[in-house]
Amino acid sequence: MEADKPLLIAGKPYASRLIIGTGKYKSYAENAAALEASGAEIVTVAVRRVNLSDPTKERLTDHIDPKKVTFLPNTAGCFTADDALRTLRLAREAGDWKLVKLEVLADQKTLYPDMEETLRAAKILVAEGFEVMVYCSDDPVYARKLEDAGCVAIMPLGSLIGSGLGVQNPVNIRLIVEQTRVPVIVDAGVGTASDATVAMELGVDGVLMNTAIAEAKDPIRMARAMKHAIIAGREAYLAGRMGKKKYADPSSPLGGLI
Amino acid sequence: MRLTVNGETREAPDSATLAELLASLGIDGRRVAVERNREIAPKSLWAEIALCEGDQVEIVQFVGGG
Repeated sequence: MEADKPLLIAGKPYASRLIIGTGKYKSYAENAAALEASGAEIVTVAVRRVNLSDPTKERLTDHIDPKKVTFLPNTAGCFTADDALRTLRLAREAGDWKLVKLEVLADQKTLYPDMEETLRAAKILVAEGFEVMVYCSDDPVYARKLEDAGCVAIMPLGSLIGSGLGVQNPVNIRLIVEQTRVPVIVDAGVGTASDATVAMELGVDGVLMNTAIAEAKDPIRMARAMKHAIIAGREAYLAGRMGKKKYADPSSPLGGLI
Repeated sequence: MRLTVNGETREAPDSATLAELLASLGIDGRRVAVERNREIAPKSLWAEIALCEGDQVEIVQFVGGG
């Protein structure tokens, strides 16, 4: 049996195919414990104003060390390309990293990505030397445009951010996987372990999730479940599933029956 | 002079530098980025950048997010 290759993003190998968010946890300590249990090597982080009234308040970096875990700054909450660019330029200044997650949202209710603005921002970021992992709709046409623009990972939604509805359009995810030469990572929509497995069985290279772990009753146990779910889905994809049949096919031999 | 820092009005001594402002606010400069009038102020220049009346300063850091 051939060993699996590591996930390669912008030339850097990662043993884990799970990327987790750092939002919505009860505390940064719980977040750090969930990270440990998940085995993830990349975490998404947001860029926000320092709290002036209490600048010594504990910080994310007090609990998760950016020297050990790859920080992936995001543009959550940005509804225009210009806001996203401003946020990521600040992120690069704060952390001195080029790898970023671009998302430009269109609508408060669905947090659906605005693909026109996303593509515009992606082109500018690539020209400025950023390595762009891009949150996008599950539209294979836009996925190709983003890849052609030089994005280092294409990250279509499984379903709406924070919805926990799982992969709603497996056909489109498969089409994106088939055509894309950079990693494809399902970003958003995973609700429980089986959703992550389904995504991996479609052949995606990884899954990014936040709420499914953070809002589980026991986030640390769910983080561990997700670690196994990602491995199970990946292994099943590599193994190649059996064909589906319309009727039963006995597993015990028919010959030698008494 | 009067400045706007992270959306709040703040008083600072005339011709204070960015480094002095951050120190007066008690902000640890590690893993922080600063924008002055929508332009990034590189960390290496904080000690040299003299602030002016009405400047808009944003100081950001990484927080938990999905």
